Amino acid sequence: MSVVIVNYNAGNVQSVTYALQRLGVEPILSADPDIIRSADKVIFPGVGEASTAMNFLRKQGLDQVIESLKQPVFGVCLGLQLMCKHSEENDADCLGIFDVQVRKFEPKLKVPQMGWNNLENMNSPLFADLPEEPYVYYVHSYYAELSEYTVAETEYVNRFSAALQKDNFYALQAHPEKSGKVGEQILSNFLKL
Amino acid sequence: MLTKRIIPCLDIKDGRTVKGVNFVGLRDAGDPVELAATYAAEGADELVFLDITATVEKRKTLVELVRRVAAEINIPFTVGGGISSIEDVSALLNAGADKISINSSAVKRPDLINELALEFGSQCVVVAIDTRFVEGEHIVHVRGGRTPTELRTIPWVKEVEQRGAGEILLTSMDHDGTKAGFANELTSEISKALSIPVIASGGAGQMNHFVDTFTDGNADAALAASIFHFKEISVPDLKSFLKENNIPVRVEK
Repeated sequence: MSVVIVNYNAGNVQSVTYALQRLGVEPILSADPDIIRSADKVIFPGVGEASTAMNFLRKQGLDQVIESLKQPVFGVCLGLQLMCKHSEENDADCLGIFDVQVRKFEPKLKVPQMGWNNLENMNSPLFADLPEEPYVYYVHSYYAELSEYTVAETEYVNRFSAALQKDNFYALQAHPEKSGKVGEQILSNFLKL
Repeated sequence: MLTKRIIPCLDIKDGRTVKGVNFVGLRDAGDPVELAATYAAEGADELVFLDITATVEKRKTLVELVRRVAAEINIPFTVGGGISSIEDVSALLNAGADKISINSSAVKRPDLINELALEFGSQCVVVAIDTRFVEGEHIVHVRGGRTPTELRTIPWVKEVEQRGAGEILLTSMDHDGTKAGFANELTSEISKALSIPVIASGGAGQMNHFVDTFTDGNADAALAASIFHFKEISVPDLKSFLKENNIPVRVEK
C-alpha cells in the first residue's frame, strides 16, 4: 500500500512520517501531482497559517489535485481547516471540500487550545476500536463549525467539529501523530479504509 | 473538556538525563529516549527536554537526540537550552520537535520572539522565564537562574505574549529544588493576566502540590523533574490523585 503525505510549505511533516513508520508504513513525501494521484492513501497535514498555506497550494496547483482525489484523503489539523470553505484566519478562501466555516475561538478561554481534550459523538470508521470519549492532542486557535459533515465533536469555548467526513475525504482537527495510542489507532483506522 | 497537563522535564547533558538540585550538583537519571518512552507510556501529557550543555559543538548531538525522541515518542515534546537563532529552531523542528523554548536569548534580544512566531507560528514558541523574588519584587533571572536582569517578571510576561509567544514556562527559582510546592500566587497572577497557557515549574514535592497549582495557581500545566526521575511520584498515581481531587486530567481507559 502506498501512502503519500502531501509535502507543501505547511510546517513539520516529520512527526506524521514518524507516526506512520511506527505503524510499519513507509510514507512518500511528495508535492508531485502524479505521485499524489497514484497513492492508495493521501495524508494532508498542516501546521501554520491558512492564507499562506492556501497561496502555496494554489501556486503549486495542489488545490485542484487534492479536490479531485478519489482515494481516501486524511486532512490533519490545519489540513482539516484548509478542506473547509473559508477561514477567518486572514480571510482565507479554502478548498471548499466541506461547506463549512472556520472561525476563531472567542477569547473566553485561553487561545490557542493547547492540550488533550475528548472526542465526543464519534461516528466514523476513523474511530473504530477506541475507548469512549478518548483524549486527543490539540493545538489550534481556529475551529470548524458543526455541520452535516461533522463525525466527532469537541467542546472548547463552544462545540466544534473535531472531525469531518464526506465521501472519500476525512479530516481531524487534533494531531493523531501526537495523540498517544489513541492517535495511532486513528491513523491505523485510516490506513485500513 | 481540556485537561491539565503533567509534563516531566528531562535535563540533558552530553546526551544523558540529569537533574540539578537548585541547578547545582547534578545526578544522573538515565537515558533520555528510554526515560521519555517510559513517561509517554505512563500517561505523561508532554515532555520537555532542556539541554544544559548547549555549547555550539554539542548542537548536532541535540538535533540527533531530538530525531531519536521524535521517532520513538507519540506525545508532544518541547526542546530548550541555548537556542538563539531561527537556524537553531529550524534544525530542531525539522528533526521532529513540536515546540522549542527560549529563555536568556529572548531577554537578550526580545525581537527573537517575534521572528520565531512569524517564521514558525506562535504554537511552537515557548518562552521560559526564571524568576526570583528580590527585595520585594519578582525579577527575571538568566543563566540558569543565577544572574538577575533589569526585567520585572509581570511586565516581561505581558511583553512576551504580545511579541507572539504561544506559551510561558514559569520557573520560580525560590521554589525550585525545595519540594515545598509551586509558586502559586505568582503563577496565578500571571495566568490570569495572559491569554496563553502557563506551565508552572519549580517546587513540586508531593501530589497535593499539583492540585494546588492547578487550583490556587490557575496553571494550565505543571512541570517537574526529579520527583518523577527518582520515582518519588509516578505519573499514573499523580493522575489518579488529581482526578480524585476533581482536576480534569487525561487518564487512558
